[in-house]
Amino acid sequence: MSSFDDRELLWLLAGVAALLLTATAAGQVLDRVVATPSGRETVDNVNARVRAWWVMSIAFAIAVASGGVGSVVLFAVISLLALREFVTLSPTGRIDHGALVWSFFLVTPLQYVLVGIHWYGFFSIMIPVYAFLFVTTRLVLAGETAHFLERAATIQWGLMTCVYCISYAPALLLLDIEGYEGENAKLLFFLVVVVQLSDVFQYVWGKLIGRHPIAPAISPKKTWEGFLGGIVCAVLLGTSLWWITPFNPWQAALMSLAITLMGFAGGLVMSAVKRDRGVKDYGSLLEGHGGILDRVDSLLFAAPVFFHLTRFFF
Amino acid sequence: MRWASAPIDDRQRVFFANHTSHLDFILIWASLPARVRRRARPVAAQDYWESGPIRRYLARKVFRAVLIERAASGTDRSPGERGREAVARMIEGLDREDSLIVFPEGTRGSGDDVGEFKSGLYYLWRERPDVELVPVHLENLNRVLPKGEFIPVPMLSRVTFGPPLAWAEGETKEAFLERARRAVQRLGEA
Repeated sequence: MSSFDDRELLWLLAGVAALLLTATAAGQVLDRVVATPSGRETVDNVNARVRAWWVMSIAFAIAVASGGVGSVVLFAVISLLALREFVTLSPTGRIDHGALVWSFFLVTPLQYVLVGIHWYGFFSIMIPVYAFLFVTTRLVLAGETAHFLERAATIQWGLMTCVYCISYAPALLLLDIEGYEGENAKLLFFLVVVVQLSDVFQYVWGKLIGRHPIAPAISPKKTWEGFLGGIVCAVLLGTSLWWITPFNPWQAALMSLAITLMGFAGGLVMSAVKRDRGVKDYGSLLEGHGGILDRVDSLLFAAPVFFHLTRFFF
Repeated sequence: MRWASAPIDDRQRVFFANHTSHLDFILIWASLPARVRRRARPVAAQDYWESGPIRRYLARKVFRAVLIERAASGTDRSPGERGREAVARMIEGLDREDSLIVFPEGTRGSGDDVGEFKSGLYYLWRERPDVELVPVHLENLNRVLPKGEFIPVPMLSRVTFGPPLAWAEGETKEAFLERARRAVQRLGEA
């Protein structure tokens, strides 16, 4: 069934479009009004982000509206781009080439095929069990022991975060929830909107009143004010969307809280990786945002937890 | 892709770069604006590109490569003779109004450091001083497709075009080659 039959989803996508139109208009007004150099920099960055948001939202809308296949393909592409950014930064060398070829061209596509054919039993263990063992074996066959554990761990970690964790987002479509059959696309919408708007809220609150950094050594821009303000707003938003989910309002609130907390954790962890590698952004694919990993970092931890919470309780 | 110098017009040039992968030439070629690309020809090793019908076809018909003999290839001529022959072929290419893409290290390096340059670039420069010499730095391609591998891994890589080398009167061969090598290396550090 095409999700275009779902009236609610159409309204939600229209809501996203309205939000982006508002943001674009607000950006234009700020562009006229703000004159100070530091203010200009922020406004230009915000407007660049809004433009990139249009592109991302349209891609996401097409994927969600096309039902299962579109979502699986979109997230498969996101995984490949994310893994690419991750591996580029990671300290892997010539000797790891074989293991990387397998990771890109076998493990990643296979994971998304498993999601696509709704094979939960294999999808949920393929990377933690089989890819885990396979990558180590392939590396040992390359015959180089220097930094062996580091190299193996790096590739496995890349697969776990960039492929396994992200694949949980389209995997929401394979959940069987009583009384919610054929509506799972809205669950994916719920996750992505809460995660991403939580980032936006935290950014806005941090810019407006942020004073006290949470983890100055990792990400000086993440502040307590931004964190708390962002979480309250994101939970309110998630709660107000309860009608598109199988949850009641209280459950939607708790789910949103779990999503935002995991999103925050994911963002912080991925920032620590960047710090370790001495860069500010993972790439330059998305104007104003950085690389694709800079955009989906909060989704990494939120997707698997949201998936399993939903699977256990609903 | 980065351009450290002003956007490029279609005058005749020699692009020289560090050599780390088979993809080097293709990346430089693809990064050039269409008008510049049409007349850019790679300079490549004859012994490698003539050793099989597919390679020969690619080199001759697709890339229109200027094939030269490497000093290390096993013919009975002396290295000096082969070097002169190589320079003569490159100049022949320049005289046909083509631009050249050369890898003066002569072979693919590890990618970490820029190796010493062979002297062909110097003779080219001395014979045709009016042709611009543009340094190019390639980063990460050795990890995309390392020596001896066949399947590339899609990593992010970067090509940086530098400002052309300035003419220096009476510079020795060694000084020139070192200056050219540094120009490539510096682009990688920026």
